[in-house]
Amino acid sequence: MQSSLSLSFSQGSSAVALAPRSRLSPDSLPLASPAAPASLRFCGLRREALGFSSLRKSGCGASGSVLVASQNRAPGRVSASASDNGSAPKSFDYDLVIIGAGVGGHGAALNAVEMGLKTAIIEGDVVGGTCVNRGCVPSKALLAVSGRMRELQSDHHLKALGLQVAAAGYDRQAVADHANNLASKIRNNLTNSMKALGVDILTGVGTVLGPQKVKYGKDNVITAKDIIIATGSVPFVPRGIEVDGKTVITSDHALKLESVPDWIAIVGSGYIGLEFSDVYTALGSEVTFIEALDQLMPGFDPEIGKLAQRVLINPRKIDYHTGVFASKITPAKDGKPVTIELIDAKTKEPKDTLEVDAALIATGRAPFTQGLGLENVNVVTQRGFVPVDERMRVIDANGNLVPHLYCIGDANGKMMLAHAASAQGISVVEQVTGKDHVLNHLSIPAACFTHPEISMVGLTEPQAREKAEKEGFEVSVAKTSFKANTKALAENEGEGLAKLIYRPDNGEILGVHIFGLHAADLIHEVSNAIALGTRIHEIKYAVHAHPTLSEVVDELFKSAKVHSQAPSPVSEPVAV
Amino acid sequence: MASSLLPNAATSANADPTLSFSSSLSPWTRRFPSSAPLPRRRRRSLSVQSKVREIFMPALSSTMTEGKIVSWVKSEGDVLSKGESVVVVESDKADMDVETFYDGILAAIVVPAGETAPVGAPIGLLAETEDEIAEAKAKAKAAANSGSASPAPSAPKAEAAAAPAVTATPAPAIPQPPPAPGPAKPSGKVVATPFAKKLAKQHKVDINKLVGTGPYGRITPSDVEAAAGIKPSNPAFSVAEPAPVAAAAPPKPAAAAAAAPPPLPGSTVVPFTTMQAAVSKNMLESLTVPTFRVGFPVSTDALDALYEKVKKKGVTMTALLAKAAAMALVQHPVVNATCKDGKSFTYNSSINIAVAVAINGGLITPVLQDADKLDLYLLSQKWKELVEKARSKQLQPHEYNSGTFTLSNLGMFGVDRFDAILPPGQGAIMAVGASKPTVVADADGFFSVKSKMLVNVTADHRIIYGADLAAFLQTFLKIIENPDSLTL
Repeated sequence: MQSSLSLSFSQGSSAVALAPRSRLSPDSLPLASPAAPASLRFCGLRREALGFSSLRKSGCGASGSVLVASQNRAPGRVSASASDNGSAPKSFDYDLVIIGAGVGGHGAALNAVEMGLKTAIIEGDVVGGTCVNRGCVPSKALLAVSGRMRELQSDHHLKALGLQVAAAGYDRQAVADHANNLASKIRNNLTNSMKALGVDILTGVGTVLGPQKVKYGKDNVITAKDIIIATGSVPFVPRGIEVDGKTVITSDHALKLESVPDWIAIVGSGYIGLEFSDVYTALGSEVTFIEALDQLMPGFDPEIGKLAQRVLINPRKIDYHTGVFASKITPAKDGKPVTIELIDAKTKEPKDTLEVDAALIATGRAPFTQGLGLENVNVVTQRGFVPVDERMRVIDANGNLVPHLYCIGDANGKMMLAHAASAQGISVVEQVTGKDHVLNHLSIPAACFTHPEISMVGLTEPQAREKAEKEGFEVSVAKTSFKANTKALAENEGEGLAKLIYRPDNGEILGVHIFGLHAADLIHEVSNAIALGTRIHEIKYAVHAHPTLSEVVDELFKSAKVHSQAPSPVSEPVAV
Repeated sequence: MASSLLPNAATSANADPTLSFSSSLSPWTRRFPSSAPLPRRRRRSLSVQSKVREIFMPALSSTMTEGKIVSWVKSEGDVLSKGESVVVVESDKADMDVETFYDGILAAIVVPAGETAPVGAPIGLLAETEDEIAEAKAKAKAAANSGSASPAPSAPKAEAAAAPAVTATPAPAIPQPPPAPGPAKPSGKVVATPFAKKLAKQHKVDINKLVGTGPYGRITPSDVEAAAGIKPSNPAFSVAEPAPVAAAAPPKPAAAAAAAPPPLPGSTVVPFTTMQAAVSKNMLESLTVPTFRVGFPVSTDALDALYEKVKKKGVTMTALLAKAAAMALVQHPVVNATCKDGKSFTYNSSINIAVAVAINGGLITPVLQDADKLDLYLLSQKWKELVEKARSKQLQPHEYNSGTFTLSNLGMFGVDRFDAILPPGQGAIMAVGASKPTVVADADGFFSVKSKMLVNVTADHRIIYGADLAAFLQTFLKIIENPDSLTL
């Protein structure tokens, strides 16, 4: 698996570049499970999109882009499962066993208990997985600090507000402790919530022994009617890079904030890299980005990426090398700095050598699926990812579904975000309790918690245009600026842009991208609309409190021009 | 006015990229000795009989130093008419269409889309007639070649163009060396931090000529600032010499508040740093305290002799004076007291000697806590640590605001006497001048030469009276003149 991985990534940077998208996790760090390289996720996304659209055609017709829960199937399924229960109620130790107690496994477990399933969760490391311990959660603590530091250091901005603040400083260890304390608090919350609901937490490494049979720890074997694999991912380190955990580090180490180097190179300008650049520059480091693709932030909508670069990169103490791979990185030792050899991404010719104080490898995440015993059920991973269908059912080497085995989260690589894993887990529980459910990945929002934040849901403009060309519809784009928003101006944070990509013929929302103050919180109005299939001409009459940042989104909907032949949004209450 | 012209001058001076560019196109350079005109002055170059014109990277904003070509609206061979958009340029602020000022044919694109060029650098060539297209193309090719000949054209940036620029001497007088004198990068590779590079670009500093002082010899932002002759953006602590808290400043409260006359032309206004603002605030506050001053000369021959002995053990004069003051304060607790509310004495439980330290552009008072209890050597060591911390801005608040008595010494600057402003919250401050040989007559009428220094104490008269200070100074004098007790 490793070798196949390295093969696909040896060009590392491309993987990197894409990674950001996949890792959109709301937290900026891979959430639940460590992840898959972005490029993968990219493909996954697109596939998803296509799959969805075909689904939509066959199933819901015009109604659209919403999740399809075909109700008609449900009753049959329910009775079937009921009869299963009746016939062999005692033959299994558990109704559902989840391998991996990350955010995905946790979400599935909670929903399973609610649905009345006897549930166990197996964890070989610590409860909470990547998101809680080494990802979104601690990184948010660091970003909270960096955001405030940035505010306090911005004399110009403070002066404009009439504030005077003496020089801001920080205590590195206290900042690190804040991140660590937050992680343990959330971890405890997670553990307690599962214990309180009666989920059995089994400690040990979980292995699939065969159909409906799992081993954990040394030799505890249990049986379960259904099994969910939710083992997540680990940081991906390309070949030639020696990680020593001190001067050459991954996000796992960086989140402990054991040092704040004067100059750090960040390999990969995706979500992880971007967020760490925000942290490090706020704490006084200078940053050099190394990106394999020709432009920074390759996973973002190009227009948003460009604006973000103007705000997040250019004015800060950051420079970058694009179109290059870091072919070799040697940690600092014997009085020498960290050295990074760069080669041209296309020609592979040596281009430059950098000498820096530290290097952070943020080239994406690789699925953590080794030792899972997948060979026992004849499943072959693809670059480490567990192949699944759109209902998260695991596909074996012959292309057949493995009954009662599901895989969610980063381990399947569909969308490497914590909340995506959780949503997939809930979707699986719905299915095993008899309700057919297909998750619409296009309705899953993603966010990058820089200052200001970036968020998105659905397709980027190029993706939308490609799809439009293939399917023969028209695409329109509406934009609004934060400069026109009262609340943003009151905060003196007018920098920002929101962009809506939609179909003018029927008002379908294809994608929304926001860069600006609290963008990560603003995106949900849109992701909910997409999830529910709400059209622009329906939602544009919804009222937003004034003055709030949510009016940015309101403006977006109102400025969209949906052709008038579209059906009237609100059916008037007229007596017939 | 004069100052506002400066930037312009600077801009044109740094048309060096342009210069270098043309020097690489030597024949052509000779045809246009006017040297590369800046875009906004292009009109002037009309007088030159040029047939092939350069299209320059325009300055789209006041802060723009370089621009990226987003896309060429026209392609090579297209006929352009005045006012047409030719190219889209991305500045630090926005993307803008750039128009041509002339009719002509776009003969060659020198900087392709996606690449970056400094403001004023040629990005394309405009030929007047078709005949000149070939000529223009040849120039462009020559330029490109010489550009790429320069070592390691790293990144698809404008470095290739900029690098030779630096070395080109600023005069068309230069002979015509066909290949631009590409600065063969010194074998020792130049390493500069990201911010250093940004600053260098902003201030037009040739980074290749700097000597880095950072770790591993890298060029740091402060190296660039030093080379550009500007003040460091965040003042680095450099000096750590004791200085009076308010010594020189004549207490003229009106000065600050008085309606200032209009500044002289050319004056610059530099806002206070945080530290300077704190000093200013403290000094103003000191005006609410009724102070008076008492001083007299102290003979230092014995002290100097002792200092010679203990110097090699790392003891500094500062530590000696602090220790002496602390020992005197033990016997005169009122001088170590504070008047907090104007109604009472607050006798401090410990003797913490604050020592004024001048720091590049500021002033801070690290505190030797319990200076009476620590021995001279510990005190010296402590002092060394404090100065180090002050330099690296690591002083914790209790290490600079817990003083109960302040010592200020301008002796090393040759100052023979001064008086200090009493810092708020303390009862007294001692100002120490230089020790210098003085002729003295003793009681018997014998003359001799002794080293004397003037010691002057400023105190809060609400709690410390003249007799108190006089007694304190007597004790201090005895300790300084018989300094052996200092080493006990």
